[in-house]
Amino acid sequence: MSSFFRWVDDRFPASKVWREHFGEYYAPKNFNFFYYFGGILTVMLVIQIVTGIILTMHYKPDVALAFASVEYIMRDVPAGWFVRYLHSVGASMIFIALYIHMFRGLMYGSHRSPRELIWLLGMLLYVAMMAEAFFGYLLPWGNMSYWGAQVIVSLFGAIPFVGEGLAEWIRGDYVISDATLNRFFAFHVILLPLLLALLIYLHIIALHKVGSNNPDGIEIKKQKNEDGQPLDGVPFHPYYTVKDTFGVGIFLTIYLAIVFFIPEFGGWFLEKDNFAPADILQTPPDIVPLWYLTPYYSILRAVTFTWLPGGAKLWGVIAMGAAIVIFFFLPWLDRSRVRSIRYRGWMYKTMLTLFVVTFVMLGYLGTKNPGHIDLIWFKNVTWAQIGLIVYFSFFLLMPIYTRLDKTKPEPDRLT
Amino acid sequence: MIKRLVLAVLFFLIPGVASSSGGGDVNLDSPTIDLSDRSSLQRGARTFVNYCLACHGASLMRYERMAKDLGISDELLRENLMFATDKPGELMVASMPSEGAKQWFGVVPPDLSVTARYRRPDWIYTYLRSFYVDELSPTGWNNVLFPNVAMPNVLYEWQGYQKANFFDGSGDFEKFEQLIDGKLTDQQFDAEIGDLTNFMVYLAEPAKLVRYQIGLWVTIFMVLFSIFAYFLKKEYWRDVR
Repeated sequence: MSSFFRWVDDRFPASKVWREHFGEYYAPKNFNFFYYFGGILTVMLVIQIVTGIILTMHYKPDVALAFASVEYIMRDVPAGWFVRYLHSVGASMIFIALYIHMFRGLMYGSHRSPRELIWLLGMLLYVAMMAEAFFGYLLPWGNMSYWGAQVIVSLFGAIPFVGEGLAEWIRGDYVISDATLNRFFAFHVILLPLLLALLIYLHIIALHKVGSNNPDGIEIKKQKNEDGQPLDGVPFHPYYTVKDTFGVGIFLTIYLAIVFFIPEFGGWFLEKDNFAPADILQTPPDIVPLWYLTPYYSILRAVTFTWLPGGAKLWGVIAMGAAIVIFFFLPWLDRSRVRSIRYRGWMYKTMLTLFVVTFVMLGYLGTKNPGHIDLIWFKNVTWAQIGLIVYFSFFLLMPIYTRLDKTKPEPDRLT
Repeated sequence: MIKRLVLAVLFFLIPGVASSSGGGDVNLDSPTIDLSDRSSLQRGARTFVNYCLACHGASLMRYERMAKDLGISDELLRENLMFATDKPGELMVASMPSEGAKQWFGVVPPDLSVTARYRRPDWIYTYLRSFYVDELSPTGWNNVLFPNVAMPNVLYEWQGYQKANFFDGSGDFEKFEQLIDGKLTDQQFDAEIGDLTNFMVYLAEPAKLVRYQIGLWVTIFMVLFSIFAYFLKKEYWRDVR
């Protein structure tokens, strides 16, 4: 075996890759709860790919057959229901992990120099993941699949001059139809998975070039021992492989419990309107995307000012796009002297808390009728408008409040 | 141009369809849903096949699967539950051709395979008990929960005839008044509809029969695995700092 391995190693950098990324990749020893989610996301992606491949063997991307083929998987394919629920619940679980992973970055300053590229690649991953989820959501060909896609694609129609043509080009038809289903299937099973795999590779390679940040937000590479290894670092393997096994175990326990006991998750992971086949003549009473897209949907619907040039819809689409794009600029908007929230002042702490509360609130409002009152005092649309202001203030005022904020001195070593 | 036409058609059709499936102000009653009650499921299956399956399909479900899940023997299945086919492996399609249905009722009766997941059990249970005599309706029947529904009261023999009283001012539903008694008492009828609803919950997701039991074992395994992983981690990390 060892001579065989040497033969391989002379021709392929197997042991070099192992050393650089596992055996001798030094990670800070003080990772906390929030640092589990990168590994969890990797595992979840593998689960989505494996279950996705099995589903593809039985699913039929044809408007006449799609809905029944999903039920065929649920009934006639051995353990098909298990695979399908793993996939549908898995999508929501990925977004839960992804939002915690992003929040971790905001808390400990993981987006700050020299990790801007990791942040940018991560944001591209986030956008690609949203696209992947959106394309996948059409495939069961339920009524909410259909109308959700109809609404989202029609947003492109708001773009002046080219909008209508663009929306038509995306659909391949005047309405969501067989042509749309087929191309969304292609995007969902090959285009975006390839893109995601590539981006994840780049995300990890970029991370391993500069090394992981940590809850203290200081560089462990500054303090090295005589061998040149960081004093506060531990090799990724076996320390973090074994620790992540535990974290992944807990996450999978929750995930599988949902799969077996509450796969619809009260309508949040599988909507009841999607158990009726797509029907062009029957619009669901409230068309809402799944929960992980609703903060942006809320922002879209918050722009109701018809006096704006080009109309409210156009500006709603712009606001929604801007809400995602502005995340990319975070590394340059943040001017604090320190990275971690542990050493930042009250201003950043307040703004981050407000932002998280707002993001959750917008997500909730995105599932509700804008004209109703589901919170207190104001109509949902008014709260969404307040949310929109807080959302953008967090980013646009960041250069000011992060500079004004009184920071505490950072320690030399991890605490 | 074509897009405008399609949109115009949509615009005129949607309000009509949307309002016909409304009926939001009626209180829903809850049946007992218990998928471990096999005799309830069997009674529900009998009612479903005898009364529903004539017009509605359950075309995503196979007779064989139903018989196996509910502990119905092949003989019993062939004699009492299969009228449209003689092959147990067949899907449970409606006996009535959909072309004819369109002519007779104006609409094709919807497939009921996953209705319990779309409408929810409470809705089905209430709907099936909410028919009343209405001379203005083409079938002579109307429904409080689903006004102007094309479906007549198929179970009138059991339930008898009831009329609905509405409040004068608001026109909201007040209460039912029995006109002619059916073969069953109110309690018996409610129990039959409860069994039917229970069966439709099973029909909408046959995996429900097994997924809780398997889930229990999987959860136990995962908890044990996580505990084991925790102690392994603790052992490895003992020498750090």
